[in-house]
Amino acid sequence: MPIFLEKRQLVTPGDLIAEGDYIAGENTYMEKNKIYASRVGIVEYETKKMDVVALKSFYIPRMEDIVIGTITEVGFSGWTVDINSPYPALLRASDVLSRSFRPQKDDLPQVLDVGDLVVAKIVSYDRTHDPQLTVAEPGLGKITRGQILKVTPTKIPRVIGRKGSMISTIKQETGCNIILGVNGVVLITGKTLEDEQLAMMAILKIEAESHTSGLTDRITKMLKEAKIGKEEKKE
Amino acid sequence: MNDKPEKLIDKKGLRLDGRKPDELRPVKLQVGVISNADGSAYIEHGKNKILAGVYGPREVHPKHLALPDRTVVKCRYHMAPFSVQERKSPAPSRREIELSKVIRESLEPAIFIEYYPRTMIDIFIEVLQADGGTRCASITAAALALADSGIPMRDLIVACAAGKVEDKIVLDLMDTEDKLGCADVPVALMPNLNAVTLLQMDGSLSTEEFESAVNLALEGCKQIYALQKEALRTKYVNVREENKEEVEE
Repeated sequence: MPIFLEKRQLVTPGDLIAEGDYIAGENTYMEKNKIYASRVGIVEYETKKMDVVALKSFYIPRMEDIVIGTITEVGFSGWTVDINSPYPALLRASDVLSRSFRPQKDDLPQVLDVGDLVVAKIVSYDRTHDPQLTVAEPGLGKITRGQILKVTPTKIPRVIGRKGSMISTIKQETGCNIILGVNGVVLITGKTLEDEQLAMMAILKIEAESHTSGLTDRITKMLKEAKIGKEEKKE
Repeated sequence: MNDKPEKLIDKKGLRLDGRKPDELRPVKLQVGVISNADGSAYIEHGKNKILAGVYGPREVHPKHLALPDRTVVKCRYHMAPFSVQERKSPAPSRREIELSKVIRESLEPAIFIEYYPRTMIDIFIEVLQADGGTRCASITAAALALADSGIPMRDLIVACAAGKVEDKIVLDLMDTEDKLGCADVPVALMPNLNAVTLLQMDGSLSTEEFESAVNLALEGCKQIYALQKEALRTKYVNVREENKEEVEE
């Protein structure tokens, strides 16, 4: 029962990863007791479960995910939200108003209009129904200021880092508040535009170089240098 | 170009462009050439120059085409008006519509279409310059574009043709050989699963000839597959090496 590839090796679809008593994890599939890769990515495994960390993918909704979306349509009793996924999400008016919706009195475009951004949670989704969102929880709702950034959804875990190490470094060094949508949309709100831009640069660098080693150190170095540069400017 | 060459294979057994019977034309592959598309690839196969772009999975338009249990795969093979000697009308011809279908059907087995119901994958193939064997080159490029877009696939797909020219089985026919030769057998292969997804024959061959043509085409596929993998890797390995240099500094 051999494993054919070393850890952190780059694979393309169809590459044989292992044969025998193993479990096909993410971005892999099993056929005739053999595990193959199904996306371009990097092989990761601990003991039995073979994973491929994809280098590029798209977002498929999952319940309980926090996502950032754009309103694309105002309907009769709710909104259609683009959540950077093949499936459009639905947001109900009664959910946003936190009371029952009165068609005669409530003017939906005044609450949320096309182009508005929202932080929301997915409450239901399956193969036959489009995802439904909620904003009736603390921390969710309309976004009023900040910067929006899009990255490949699979890179979000890399931006978070091991036990949140990467994201907390960025937050600390730039003083920005960062919300990571699982759908690959990132919201950065900081005190100044410069802080926000620095955080954006760091996240884009992570996206481009996510499959390389020693990334956390490089990001820390980059952020510290930028900080020093800023202080020199002030003086 | 229009004058017929007297011999397609000379006394030394070499072909019009100096290739041996079992030799491929030079193939160059590149991934991620169209930034607007979700995935893209470019192939130069001899004189063939083909671009492939992939979008999706995305919402289906018009909506009634959506299927409740699987993705709809749409494929458009198109030849640019300047891709051949005589201007080709840009409207889709009978041949292009047929090839679109053939290419779609040879790519579909590799895609996990049942993963994303009610969505659509769009594959666009644009032939910029044609010189025989565009369907095979298109399949090779489109498979790369699909892999580049992050759509889960069972395997990559490579395609290559073999045929009969002046009673000899040869690999990878170019335009003149295709037109003046006796037969053409395009084959598409999923190399790791060892499964054939396209097998056509144009012309006439005996059973033995057919068998050796298929085997020759499969050999050609395997050669192109190595290049295909390399192209996918290059896109990401470059970033890796840049960083290594940084660290060494």
